[in-house]
Amino acid sequence: MSSSAKSNPPEWRAYPRADGRKGIRNVVVVAYLVECAHHVSRRIVSQVDDLDVHLIGFPGCFPNDYASRMMRAVCTHPNVGAVLLVSLGCESMDRDALQQAIVDSGRPAELLVIQENGGTASTIAEGVRRVRQLRDTLAGAATVPMGVDELVVGTICGGSDGTSGITANPAVGRCFDALVADGAACVFEETGELIGCENIMAERAATPELGELIQASVAKAERYYRTMGFGSFAPGNADGGLTTQEEKSMGAYSKSGSSAISGLIKPGDIPPAGGLYLLDVVPDGEPRFGFPNIADNAEIVEMIACGCHLTLFTTGRGSVVGSAISPVIKICANPETYERLSEDMDINAGKILTGQASLDELGEEIYRRVFAVAGGERSLSEALGHQEFILTYKSFEPIGPACLPLRQVN
Amino acid sequence: MLHPDDNVLIAVASLAPGTEVSIEGRRHQLQEAVPLGHKIARWDLPAGTRILRYGAPIGSLFAAVKAGDWVHMHNLKSDYLASHTRKGRAEEQ
Repeated sequence: MSSSAKSNPPEWRAYPRADGRKGIRNVVVVAYLVECAHHVSRRIVSQVDDLDVHLIGFPGCFPNDYASRMMRAVCTHPNVGAVLLVSLGCESMDRDALQQAIVDSGRPAELLVIQENGGTASTIAEGVRRVRQLRDTLAGAATVPMGVDELVVGTICGGSDGTSGITANPAVGRCFDALVADGAACVFEETGELIGCENIMAERAATPELGELIQASVAKAERYYRTMGFGSFAPGNADGGLTTQEEKSMGAYSKSGSSAISGLIKPGDIPPAGGLYLLDVVPDGEPRFGFPNIADNAEIVEMIACGCHLTLFTTGRGSVVGSAISPVIKICANPETYERLSEDMDINAGKILTGQASLDELGEEIYRRVFAVAGGERSLSEALGHQEFILTYKSFEPIGPACLPLRQVN
Repeated sequence: MLHPDDNVLIAVASLAPGTEVSIEGRRHQLQEAVPLGHKIARWDLPAGTRILRYGAPIGSLFAAVKAGDWVHMHNLKSDYLASHTRKGRAEEQ
């Protein structure tokens, strides 16, 4: 990376929030609180038809602490300006507590209960009216300057192949190194896709205790996946030249760059300061609710719950997904895939294989793209209206103090 | 080659069967297609060899390969967890 990029990190305008964080978007979220309210919520969002109105939700009828915590975290994410909650009426999600938590965070929060509102058509009509009102309320909201040290960036790989670990992933690693040097918080994840990397990763931990916790988190992931009967390895990975879980892991691992690892967090934990953080996404305790993350967007949602303003998504086979709430920047590892899917790919890291760019140049291109999107430019998936969102049942124990050693020092 | 210790090489373009490749100063004709991103053996390797990529172990051979052979699910398996394809678990096929 060039020194000019590092010595003079840019600033942009952002939306200030009551908790001190800042948002790079000001979206209205429509959240269904059970699958039975999904259709009504989807109709509200499609009738309003606005790139900054996003549909999210939790399908389950039965209570789950993790799901409640995640819904609170994403509804009070800095990129969210206002929320409309849509309840059927008899599900167990505590809608009043959720609404109160959003109001307490300084955001407008409305609630519609279908059973008390005349049914499907009436609730859709009323929902559309309320969302338009919320959009009007947010229009012209004041902005303030935001700097790199206030930014949280996540990374994920999806549809990996044999090129991912050579081009896009190490290029994101270079970008992460520069962002961490600038004071940003960077999050990498999926301990199940780091099986085989636990020892080299532990050596990068800020303290030996944190290193042991990182090793334990990967051992937990291996146990969990063993019970599931499969690793985090899809048929497309094999088509693309990856043979084993640990081969995929080594490629995925290079997204983390070379900074020291400052902490180990779980979904919903906000990084306390700048630095590099590993997000442990594998549930604690005996496997209970099935696969840790049923598809890539479950992990993206968990990174958003940790405060990520945007996500760097590397792909070899060619994933097209985006996300609700936080923009996704797509970095394509494979030059053949880029030719096929360029309309979905923000950055062509395949240029490294065809000799048109170096890893450092690609790292710098991603770095610049991060600031362009933070400053308001839409990523391709965002402009295409991709707003995937997955939230399922899980259970976690809270992290202990040794997971965030730097906070103890401060 | 990604690391000097590696015993596999990565194809940076899709290669057709019969393509001549030069590995460690010796010429080999590819017996099968090797798509972009896939692995080729750098040396003759006996079954049981740990395969190194990025200088790190990525699994063990369960069948011997010759230099220039395609290395994938038909001769390499995980030391951790079974991989799977659309047809089922890798080692059961």
